Amino acid sequence: MGYFLTFGHSPWGQQILTHVSWNLLWASLFAGVAFFVAHASYMVLSAHRKRHPAETDAIEAARPDLPARIPRHSGAARAFHWVMAASMFTLLLTAFLPIAGVKFAWVTWHWTAGLVLTTSILFHVIHASVFLDFWSIWVGPKDLPELRAEILRELGHDVPGPKPGKYPLGNRLYHLAIVVAGLSVIASGLTMMVRVRTPLFPRNPYMLADSTWGFVYVAHGMAGVGLVGLVIAHVYFAVRPDKWWITKAMILGWITRRQYIEHHDPDRWVVGIDPKSRIPNAKSQVAR
Amino acid sequence: MAVIRDVMPAFELFQPASTADALSLLGRYGSDAWIFAGGLDSFDWLKDRIKRPRYVVDLGGVEELKGVRERDGGLEIGAMTTLTEVVRHPLVRERYPILTDAAEAAASPQIRNQGTIGGNLSQDTRCWYYRSGWSCYRAGGNICYADTPDAINREHAILGADRCVAVNPSDTAPALIALDASMLIRSASGDDRVVDAEDYFIGPGTDITRMNALQPGELLTAIRIPGDWAGSKFYFEKVRDRQVWDFALVSVASAMVTSGETIQNMRLVVNGVAARPLRLVNVEQFAKGKPRNEATAAAAGEMAIEGAQPLRFNAYKVPLMRNLVKRAIRGVEEWATS
Repeated sequence: MGYFLTFGHSPWGQQILTHVSWNLLWASLFAGVAFFVAHASYMVLSAHRKRHPAETDAIEAARPDLPARIPRHSGAARAFHWVMAASMFTLLLTAFLPIAGVKFAWVTWHWTAGLVLTTSILFHVIHASVFLDFWSIWVGPKDLPELRAEILRELGHDVPGPKPGKYPLGNRLYHLAIVVAGLSVIASGLTMMVRVRTPLFPRNPYMLADSTWGFVYVAHGMAGVGLVGLVIAHVYFAVRPDKWWITKAMILGWITRRQYIEHHDPDRWVVGIDPKSRIPNAKSQVAR
Repeated sequence: MAVIRDVMPAFELFQPASTADALSLLGRYGSDAWIFAGGLDSFDWLKDRIKRPRYVVDLGGVEELKGVRERDGGLEIGAMTTLTEVVRHPLVRERYPILTDAAEAAASPQIRNQGTIGGNLSQDTRCWYYRSGWSCYRAGGNICYADTPDAINREHAILGADRCVAVNPSDTAPALIALDASMLIRSASGDDRVVDAEDYFIGPGTDITRMNALQPGELLTAIRIPGDWAGSKFYFEKVRDRQVWDFALVSVASAMVTSGETIQNMRLVVNGVAARPLRLVNVEQFAKGKPRNEATAAAAGEMAIEGAQPLRFNAYKVPLMRNLVKRAIRGVEEWATS
């Protein structure tokens, strides 16, 4: 148990949880690196199926109504993404560099970045609920056929089954994982802020019992080390040449017509139709 | 928690005769090794069974770490030099009486005979919550028991607290920072380094489990004091509960160069108010070029306590620090006779 969690003693001699063991940080780091080595090796060595260019040419020729650039992310969505990324990197670096031996005064930077992350996520939740197609990023039982088709394609089979809507299945699964880890780290982090001195509110170390605080710290640590692996995986996919078009869209806001046709199911991501009403939209594309 | 006093846990004792041997042992055992100098801090930890090192490296037999030598117009003091030898050394008394005062104020004669200057600088904090073995931040836990609403925190920090509110207990530290000293740190790996005394001490924001820059495998071997401040006007004062010997509630050390009644240059350090001795750079800058009088001292005192955040029982440290800074700038004897 000590390999995963650390324990201490309260003033009453009770054994209490204090933190996750930092062995888990190295485990998460190793898992993230191992994943990208394994995935990169598979992509290089496997018979990963790609659509033939001629096939895409034919589909593209059949859709002359589509504009050359398909809006994918609005300015607000891109701003959120990069603010969130900056705050996440700041959080991870300020949390784990000191553990890795790089010593500096990290606490104020850490909670400040945490507040930026919290604010950006609140904005994202409101923005996605009100202005975007909220359900397009989530996964559920309805996506099982797509999961099966994706796995078969990864294994080299030519599968005509469903292709993704706006977000590839991998994106949606990643989003789910980051929601769980991100909300856990934010909820526990905001609670922990009650224990440190900030100019925002009076600290209250007695808000929870020692043992309960231990669970909060462990939750924060678990989510934190989990995010290390998740962020490694995200950065890996962001810089992969075959995924660069997605990263580029997060910078520029649009993808090309060819990328749209090649990677998406036009029936599931309808360009030119308001995604909420499914009524043809005179403004053409709706950026999400 | 059961505390068994006077019966130390078992450990393997090494008594090297040279610095090289000591470094070799520290390199071999890393964070499992405990550096034992005069033993005054160590025995508390060991007898209370709060710290349980597997290997203890006793430096008492390393002669090359002892003694005071002239070096580059200043002095080099071996880390294992006893406080008594520092106090009595004629060159220290002549050039740096502030260090004499600080080392003398550190403890009783018996403790000064046994305690070393390296140990006085590198000793751990006296926070009793931490020293009782509870799982506080400094001990690797997730709370500061001294910074809770009903904590007894009369001796704790009013400045620079970052989760932990423990204070640095060293008396020689502020004097050496005022003298612009540097610490020679040698390493088993051969990566020797010289660190400014000011940077030798680290606060909880940087590393909450350590009070100084020593890493596992490293050893403070000497303190180098430059000749720049020799013969300056010095001031050291330590306020404590018991005059016989006690740790400082607040201490102040200053080195000052004056031209007539004008302060030309100065270094000013307080201790006992934060986890590391605090050099008051803003106050130094303010005082430079100003007349050494009551008005300058009063303004400097007010400036020194800006940002102080007292705990439940240590608000008295705020006026105490203010007045000590005031006295360090205007002087006591001069003021009394003027």
